[in-house]
Amino acid sequence: MNYGELFRVTLPETVLEIAALLVLLVDLAFLRKAAMQVRAGVAAVLGVVGCGASIVALYNTLGGNVSFGGALLLSSGGVVAVAQIAILALTALTLLLLIDSEFTRHPGEFVAVVLMAASGGLIISAAQDLLVIFAGLELLSISLYVLTAFGKTSAKSAEAALKYYLFGGMSAAFLLFGFSYLYGLSGSTNLNVIARAAIASPGSGSPLFYLALVLVAVGLGFKVAAAPFHLWAADTYEGAPVPAAAFIASVSKVASFALLIGLSEVIRYPFGHVHGTVRFMMIHSGPMSKWLGFSMPWTIVFALLAAASIKIGNLAALAQRSVRRLLAYSAVVHAGYMLIALAWFSEKGAQAILYYILTYGVTTIGAFGVVSVVERVTGSDKMDAFLGLHKRNPLLAGVLLVLFLSLAGIPPLVGFWAKFNLFAAVLSVGAGVWPFILVAFAVAFSAVSLYYYLQVLKRVYVMPVVDETPIRVHPATMVVLLTVAAAVVVLGCFPALLQDWIAQF
Amino acid sequence: MLAWTIYLSFAGALIEALLPKGNAALARWVALLVSVVGFGIAVAGFVSAAGQGRVVIADAPWVLTMGIHYTLAADGISRVLVLLTGLAAVAGVLFSWNIELRTNEFFAFFLALIGGVYGVFLSFDLFLLFVFYEIAIVPKYFLIAIWGSTRREYAAMKLALYSFVGSAMVLVTLLAAYAASGSHSTGLIELSHANLPVSFQMWAFPLTFIGFGILAGMWPFHTWAPTGHVAAPTAASMLLAGVVMKLGAYGCLRVAMTLFPHGMDAWGFSFLGLGSWRDVFAVLAVIGIVYGALVALVQTDFKFVIGYSSVSHMGFVLLGLMTLNQIGITGAVLQMFSHGVLAGLLFGIVGRIVYERTHTRQLADLEKMHLSKRLPFAAWGFAVAGMASMGLPGFSGFVAELQVLIGSWTANPWWTAAAGVGIIVGVAYTWRALQRAFFSDVPPAPHVHEHGNEHELAALTWPEISGFVLLGVASLLVGLWPRVLLDTIEPAVKALLAGGAQ
Repeated sequence: MNYGELFRVTLPETVLEIAALLVLLVDLAFLRKAAMQVRAGVAAVLGVVGCGASIVALYNTLGGNVSFGGALLLSSGGVVAVAQIAILALTALTLLLLIDSEFTRHPGEFVAVVLMAASGGLIISAAQDLLVIFAGLELLSISLYVLTAFGKTSAKSAEAALKYYLFGGMSAAFLLFGFSYLYGLSGSTNLNVIARAAIASPGSGSPLFYLALVLVAVGLGFKVAAAPFHLWAADTYEGAPVPAAAFIASVSKVASFALLIGLSEVIRYPFGHVHGTVRFMMIHSGPMSKWLGFSMPWTIVFALLAAASIKIGNLAALAQRSVRRLLAYSAVVHAGYMLIALAWFSEKGAQAILYYILTYGVTTIGAFGVVSVVERVTGSDKMDAFLGLHKRNPLLAGVLLVLFLSLAGIPPLVGFWAKFNLFAAVLSVGAGVWPFILVAFAVAFSAVSLYYYLQVLKRVYVMPVVDETPIRVHPATMVVLLTVAAAVVVLGCFPALLQDWIAQF
Repeated sequence: MLAWTIYLSFAGALIEALLPKGNAALARWVALLVSVVGFGIAVAGFVSAAGQGRVVIADAPWVLTMGIHYTLAADGISRVLVLLTGLAAVAGVLFSWNIELRTNEFFAFFLALIGGVYGVFLSFDLFLLFVFYEIAIVPKYFLIAIWGSTRREYAAMKLALYSFVGSAMVLVTLLAAYAASGSHSTGLIELSHANLPVSFQMWAFPLTFIGFGILAGMWPFHTWAPTGHVAAPTAASMLLAGVVMKLGAYGCLRVAMTLFPHGMDAWGFSFLGLGSWRDVFAVLAVIGIVYGALVALVQTDFKFVIGYSSVSHMGFVLLGLMTLNQIGITGAVLQMFSHGVLAGLLFGIVGRIVYERTHTRQLADLEKMHLSKRLPFAAWGFAVAGMASMGLPGFSGFVAELQVLIGSWTANPWWTAAAGVGIIVGVAYTWRALQRAFFSDVPPAPHVHEHGNEHELAALTWPEISGFVLLGVASLLVGLWPRVLLDTIEPAVKALLAGGAQ
């Protein structure tokens, strides 16, 4: 590997970093005296342009892998490319929310950190080596802690950032600990080598291996906010500035799930004591999960996390009075749904997860956009702040209706199709009764979820109006929100559009 | 052609949502226009397709990679129910002519609901059917929660959650059937030819049947129905009882019984005299008939009487389905139509004509008002509708329930005997309500005079009268000349029995 080659292949990440520096430069050097609106607007637009340029670079480098000494460090193409494009597109979308916010006097820095976080996301979605994974993850995480703390005048923001940081640091330690065991057992940090070693050597059945898996699950469960590692989510979603919260809820989730998909693709093979013939067959004919059913350690771990997330997330969401916390717990639930597809992993499932997380990300960003508008006017994100929204701004109310119903999974909105696609992929693996039970469990709980989404919509449309003063929305924000809502409807009515696009990679 | 009923309703809903606020008259006329044209299309589709079997209206790949098609088709059963939906939509608009609060939004939700209902009746792809089925949930919630009365938010949420739980059950079996058939297609025809294993059908059938049955008011999952009907604004009650409950029954017939016919096979053992899921659901239907009638007998709220009578009448539909013979299922479909019309009529009289003028639905209060003298049209109208509803010959209810009873006699005479009790009680609660609400001889309470309640009540308006006449004529027509519908229903049921359900 030479550096020229490295530069060529990591061009998308590099473009993002250059854009980050450019934003800083423009903001600090030329716009010191300009009005806040202008500075935020310029920074956001530059950031969006950077994301666009990065997508272009991504298309041009498709198929280029980074390897070192024969071991693959970063892969590309296939689901990785989908995830990376999703990360960049969602980053651009979150940046557009910045145009109209007032939480910070340093929009340049904010955009720069967002772009760095996004490049961290790009790296982990492609990483094939424990060290690269860890480096990318830290780049992403540390940027997120900074973003959470960006509301410098808000005590809640600082509190949320500290909590997020402490939890995050702890879970990173767990993850690293788990990685060290994996390295110790296999003698390599490369995922493919680890997977091969785990299948080939009888020693990999040792208890240490299960310990390593659980530790890794702790670290990654934290990133995707799966119960029982979800406790940070509610506080962070509540305290962070809106664009930061939207970024955590969307881009960070896409990156983390892309990482999990990457891991699952190599470590989905069963570990432990298996008969030599079976092992031979496994190496040569791919996954055995089909015949062995509920016996893979990863399957058990993910299935448990999924069930816990769906149950705890839904029940906790029922009790929330703050819409941001509601969105946090609903994020836990949605992570649970996707973990089912990771537990019974397949090619189709990987595409279904990406479809789900991408559309979920778009929907959440839109929801946070609405919350931010309401919050600015009423000073609160409590449900009661949404009272009479249909009178105060019918268009905004309509957008919220579409987005929340999509989150609840009501057709013909995209949330329903994403769910159907995901569950159909899980069941098509044909691993017997357990995946079916989990899917039934998830579908049953989605009926519970309708209740809390309707609690918000009830205040928007049904309950008596207390304050009828109209809410003004910045035209740029309104355009973004309407686009998001339109995308949710159109992709829901014509699911094949996105489906076919993902499948082409 | 029939597909336009769907598109037209959704387009109408969109237009209503975009109409300027405050212009209630415009919103009303737009809604009336949309629903009348929809009804016209339904009639034209019904007439032009006379004697034909299943006609495919639209078939386009929707998600090609997963074998999901946008398949709209209509057989005799669909055509009759589409006709009913059109009728109920027009009557619903007419009976909600007095809605002043957020009128355009009301009709937007109303037409969205109607569009979803049309869609369910015309879908021949399970996925598509499910999509339309769920589309109908959300407008119901808002119609009741915003424009309803008595405990409306509670009732609306209860209805929404009951419906959603039911559809979650259906979604589980939809996913399972799709996976079990090899993930090739979600078409109803393809799935019914997929030869799903009997052990699979044995659990998929009851789950699907209950899932849809919840919306059909199947005992003991009926409790949303009375509270929902009572809380809903008149037009929504008419739609709920008139067509939404039919969605559930239609789903039982079209999905549960067609895709999983072996789910009704005998278990091979018998428990409390029940030897199969068919027995179980037939007994639940009979309990619903008798229970609904008995509870209606003791209600003090006029609208609750009608609400529970719906549970009772829908029991006949489910019982008819479980007979699994030609005459019973034909009767069930006819009963869907008949009850749709009559429930609309009864709710229209009670909720709109009487309640809007007297502002009470308590039978004890109505007793003192002598409405037969002050609202003669309503009184005689209710008498006619009540007699039709209790199954007097000459009205649609008689033909339908008679066929169901004959069918169930061949299947199991005990079911008929028990259901017969329900009919007798039905006569009793209808007479009781009629007598107490309109023709009582209780002297008026003294304070009524003081408040001037004895003043003339507002005269009936043209929308009320035309809505009433529309539904009344439909019931009378079907009662006197049942062949007009039976000629369409019978071949479809025959095809269904030959192809799927045993």
